[in-house]
Amino acid sequence: MKVAVCTKQIPDPQAPQHLGEDLRLVRSGKALLDDADTYGVELGLRLTEASGGDVVVVSMVPGGETAGVRQALAMGAASAVVVSDERLEGADALTTARVLAAVVRRLGADLVITATESTDGYTGTVAGQIAGLLGWPALTFTRGLHLEGSRVTAERQVEDGVWVVEAELPCVVSVTAGIVDPRYPSFKGIMSAKSKPVEQLSLDDLGLGVQVRERVRSAREAEARSAGTVIEDDGTAEAAIVAFLESIKVL
Amino acid sequence: MATAWVIAEQRDGVLAPVTAELVTAARELAVDVAVLVAGGGAEAVEALGRFGVTRVVDVGPLGDVLAGPILGATVARLIGDAPAFVLTAQTYTGRDAAARASVELDAPVLTNAVGLRRDGAELVTEHQIFGGSLVVEAAADAERVVVAVRPKSVVAVEVDEQTQPTLSAATAVTEAPGVMVRVIERRREERAGPSLDEATVVVSGGRGLGKPEAYRYVEELASLLGGAPGASRAIVDAGWVPYAYQVGQTGTTVKPELYVAVGISGATQHLVGMKGAKHIVAINKDKDAPIFSVADLGVVGDALSLMPRLIEAVRERRHAS
Repeated sequence: MKVAVCTKQIPDPQAPQHLGEDLRLVRSGKALLDDADTYGVELGLRLTEASGGDVVVVSMVPGGETAGVRQALAMGAASAVVVSDERLEGADALTTARVLAAVVRRLGADLVITATESTDGYTGTVAGQIAGLLGWPALTFTRGLHLEGSRVTAERQVEDGVWVVEAELPCVVSVTAGIVDPRYPSFKGIMSAKSKPVEQLSLDDLGLGVQVRERVRSAREAEARSAGTVIEDDGTAEAAIVAFLESIKVL
Repeated sequence: MATAWVIAEQRDGVLAPVTAELVTAARELAVDVAVLVAGGGAEAVEALGRFGVTRVVDVGPLGDVLAGPILGATVARLIGDAPAFVLTAQTYTGRDAAARASVELDAPVLTNAVGLRRDGAELVTEHQIFGGSLVVEAAADAERVVVAVRPKSVVAVEVDEQTQPTLSAATAVTEAPGVMVRVIERRREERAGPSLDEATVVVSGGRGLGKPEAYRYVEELASLLGGAPGASRAIVDAGWVPYAYQVGQTGTTVKPELYVAVGISGATQHLVGMKGAKHIVAINKDKDAPIFSVADLGVVGDALSLMPRLIEAVRERRHAS
């Protein structure tokens, strides 16, 4: 079985984020594998370890940067295919899905795994769009997964609980954080990741053209909440909280 | 003239409140506002005429399958080659529908919108980023655009003169490749107290509680204040409480009178889901925690030590009055 795990490299989410003059997220710092993607990589590894096959990491990367992709390879993925093309700058979700779907077709993957949403863009539609483009079922918002032969059974997160849903391979699965515990790359994994194959493709290689059809028009500071009071708990802070609750008539 | 299509959000066949919010937003975009429902067409006509809907299109109940991809493909077929805006809720079903509709229509999709308006021919959407500290306006350069709108970001407003929406039937697109995903079982996660998205008081707990057993303090305070207990993503991922408790970007958006954050640092994804609360009280060990930047009253301290005292004090105050 060939499992394509789509990943995204993002700027360090702990570092301060800002928009550039073009009103796009500044991505100049180090590119890291989105934490949200480590769950998909882990799930892919477990499935292929159990039933055979390989995990291929698929990613759209600016400027040929692959540091984050190597993190996934260090976890145990066999190889990676990255698409790097300056025309993809500012690509919207549908464009991203087109590129990823084209790579999946080229790979002949049986299963595509993505995160539910990226930590920096959090669109949350790319998995469904890849599935739509491929004409495959989309098992989205999955927090538990079972594969038997070609039948995929997934626990789907919904507003008030969990639904058990089912589809046949090939299909696309988007996974929530916590579906599995991602492994830490071993020293051996990190060393071998350096020599694993990473294929670099351009849009021309995929026979795709793109058109960027979305843009950010303006950005402004949100109305800040009025600055509140911060106190230290010296053992009597409960009185201050009760007084506050009285002042707003909750008590 | 473009039509604004709203894909109704339905739970157990009943229209969810966000549908009226979507319709209110849709009125800003087009005169013709059509709503796609899966069953309950007559009820939708009744309920949504007050919000100015012009048409209701009913494909009938879909049964035990995921509705999102089918509704997304169906709305695309109904639209054909015409210019259109498609609005869905930023929910599980809504995002599935938005994804499929965008593929079928070859339309860009804008998600997490908190506001919409038209500027000439262009659809302009508003989004909160960086934990809601920045508001950006986006525009799509296309004749057909799909937008997923965050629940509770648009206030549903009735129209002065109620409309008489027409009701028509349509066939759901079930034959398109990949749209059918069977639902084998539906498990509800029961939770105590009022529902998270409707409660006037929400008390949420996070990692700062230290251990799963300490979550009972959150439940106790919530119950004393007549509110709902909530949780940060961290303790949901850690399995302390079910997902139905999660407040934030990927969980429930809440807008209560009072939000009490206990041992929650205030990651971006949490702030987005609760900063609309009227009043915020935060308890956290770390004085630099981002949650304090949105709190009316912040207490730097150990939640585990403070919570029993706070619960006792609230209980005494209740007895006194």
